Amino acid sequence: MTAIPETQKHVYSPAELRRARYLGITYIVLALFVLWFFAVGSVGEGDSTLKLVKPTDRFKNFPNLVLPAAIFSFVVAAVFASLGAVQLTRGFKRLGNVVLAIVLLLFVFSFLTWAAAGKSFSFVGMMQETVKRSIPIALGAMSGVLSERVAVINIAIEGQLLGGAFVAAVVGSAINPWVGVVAATLTGVVLGWVLAVMAIRYRVDQIIVGVVINLFVLGLTSFMTQRILNDNPQFNGSEVFKSIEIPLLADIPFFGAVLFKQNIFVYATFVLVAVLTYGLFNTKWGLRSRAVGEHPKAADTLGINVYGYRYLNTLLGGAIAGFGGAYFIQGSVGQFDENMTNGRGFIGLAAMIFGRWHPVGALSAALVFGFAESLSGKLSILQTPIPSEFLGMAPYIVTIIVVAGLVGKARPPAADGQPYIKE
Amino acid sequence: MSDDNHIDEPQETSEGAAGSKLFQDLTGLGVDWRSALLVPALAILTALIVGVFVIAFTDLEALRLWGSDPGAAWSKTWGSISGGYKALFVGSFGSLRAVSETMVGATPLILGGLSVAIGFRAGLFNIGTEGQMLMGGMVAIWVGVTFQLPIFLHLPLALIGAAIGGGVWGAVPGLLRAKTGAHEVITTIMLNLIAFNLVVYLLKSGIFQAEGRDDPISEAVAVSARFPRLFGFLDDSQVRVTAGIIFAVLIAWLIYWLLFKSTLGFEFRAVGMNPHGAHYAGMNVVFLYTAVMAVAGALGGLAGADQILSILYRGSPGFSAGIGFDAIALALLGRSHPAGVVAAGVLFGALRSGGQVMQVETDLSIDLILVVQALIVVFIAAPALIKAIYRVRTGRAAEQLTTGWGA
Repeated sequence: MTAIPETQKHVYSPAELRRARYLGITYIVLALFVLWFFAVGSVGEGDSTLKLVKPTDRFKNFPNLVLPAAIFSFVVAAVFASLGAVQLTRGFKRLGNVVLAIVLLLFVFSFLTWAAAGKSFSFVGMMQETVKRSIPIALGAMSGVLSERVAVINIAIEGQLLGGAFVAAVVGSAINPWVGVVAATLTGVVLGWVLAVMAIRYRVDQIIVGVVINLFVLGLTSFMTQRILNDNPQFNGSEVFKSIEIPLLADIPFFGAVLFKQNIFVYATFVLVAVLTYGLFNTKWGLRSRAVGEHPKAADTLGINVYGYRYLNTLLGGAIAGFGGAYFIQGSVGQFDENMTNGRGFIGLAAMIFGRWHPVGALSAALVFGFAESLSGKLSILQTPIPSEFLGMAPYIVTIIVVAGLVGKARPPAADGQPYIKE
Repeated sequence: MSDDNHIDEPQETSEGAAGSKLFQDLTGLGVDWRSALLVPALAILTALIVGVFVIAFTDLEALRLWGSDPGAAWSKTWGSISGGYKALFVGSFGSLRAVSETMVGATPLILGGLSVAIGFRAGLFNIGTEGQMLMGGMVAIWVGVTFQLPIFLHLPLALIGAAIGGGVWGAVPGLLRAKTGAHEVITTIMLNLIAFNLVVYLLKSGIFQAEGRDDPISEAVAVSARFPRLFGFLDDSQVRVTAGIIFAVLIAWLIYWLLFKSTLGFEFRAVGMNPHGAHYAGMNVVFLYTAVMAVAGALGGLAGADQILSILYRGSPGFSAGIGFDAIALALLGRSHPAGVVAAGVLFGALRSGGQVMQVETDLSIDLILVVQALIVVFIAAPALIKAIYRVRTGRAAEQLTTGWGA
């Protein structure tokens, strides 16, 4: 990026201008796409009914969201076209990313009304599923945020989740599910410690350590599943935590079911995001952690224990990912399966970058991925002509577009991945 | 491990230390014999020893016996350890068939390992070999199924097609990295997942799906597109090694030439050492990042093609079988040098082939191999551990092969 003289008015760099132009063109293309596929495609198909409450909810007579599919998509296409025109001519200045978010949301809704034209489906069920599926991704991303804020790259999230899940299953079945969760958390700590020792003490390339931890955990858990769990089912069947209804809040139509009738992992994730956000940006610990990640030498000069903070946060991150691993057992199916995390850790990594190394951003990104997952599950029920494989790809394509800078270039902690050598 | 002795030649160190280091790295002779041979040998040994403990501590019956009847427990534990390692060895080198299987396993591993290694040389971490294998393999299937040609045209055409398919798939993350800074670790992981879905879709589509099948599986490629078997004259269907292994070694030699004898290879390595320096030296970094990833992708595509044209003959979901991930460990073990990759490929091929026999003959699953491979890489990547265990000098310290998100 070229240096731009500071003036009173904000001057846009060539990169920003290029990005604005790309966005404008994208909106126009999306408008044409919506017009051609969703609007024209659902003419004469009737209304789409999105159910907002479940029959078991207190206010079960709350009205459903009924949208005339074709008209809605025509309107969306018109909105996109005008947003694209404004973006290309004037730009949205600071509101650029808000507009992008609105566009994506409308696009998804237009898609849903097209898929559900003439039918009805449980939107509330899909959103409930979205929140559930985003939890391990969010916890994995949180693990990444913590360690990368102190400049330790954590590719091992996948291994931490998988290791946590395995231990949660074994300990949870052998002793009790709560002990299983604690043991999973400790497993994450141990794996975080391995990463920390290798990265900080031995200064091994952090990305390689991460890859190796993933490989090791995958091999070891699969080996032990075949050797021990398959013949000893008593070690692989933990109790699953039931959903807890938060009094009063759970009765709110739609939001109650989505947010306040979930299991303990969901609530714990929300609390963690709040705590980490406050901690990272409003406490001494957070300030020092970020200093260590941005400029370890300066931090060291000021008497901050660089290695200490790196160890601490990498271990804490491991704990969170290990806890996230327990979600697969106590929060979901109760049983361990070989490679059951199936790449969620890598999605978490992408969510961390997508969310710009910020807990709230990471959670939002995780929700987007969770939504994509639950969407592809629901759409097979709606029998859309789109092959499920393409829906399966969608979040990964979005990730590539995102990391390629569509939402503006995300800046990682300055010292990320670099070992620090104390003089 | 002993056939790559031209990488352990002693170095002339007449220049200053820093200049000499740069010279060694740029010529590809950048490793002394300790880090080229001693550390890998000790790493493999240590990993196999740790494997012993993994076997011992996962034998629940034996563990229960230790309290009541240590003798029986010992003999049971010893039985599974010696049985496992014996099967591992016999299954990899114990017979002509075993050696043949080792070579069958080694072929795609060597090609995949080269794909990761060339990325490392240019400072890029190509985790995308798996996806590149899938895309290259799909093109090979398409060529192999669609055309009817004599073998001297059909097989090369399938291989070229695979290299192009994998190359395009690989070039994308290189271009994105150079143009937008999108880190190749993320983009290649995402492209792997996309490729996996795409393959399932394609295998169910009219172009690929075998006639009369509902599941995602392709027609078998024509005989003229397959790698011929080396021991076809023996008429023994168990000796499956094909000309693919010769092809892989030739490609390794070609990559050696490209990396260390050509200008383009020099620029690849220069950009890997210091992209900014390369830029100021007048090199086109955007082109180099894209080109190196295209070459890496082409190698991945060839690995996928070998998987199809030597072994499977038809495509099914995930036919890359995790080779692209093993290739990462393999490239590290081989020090990202083509000769090292060939040697490491044979070792990993042996582990795979032996592991399969072990899985059949004992109650130990082949996943043990993953553990051993992971441990080998840990010890290679952290020579300080080997140094601490064996009290030997290990040559150079840990190295930085990849770059962080921000670079």
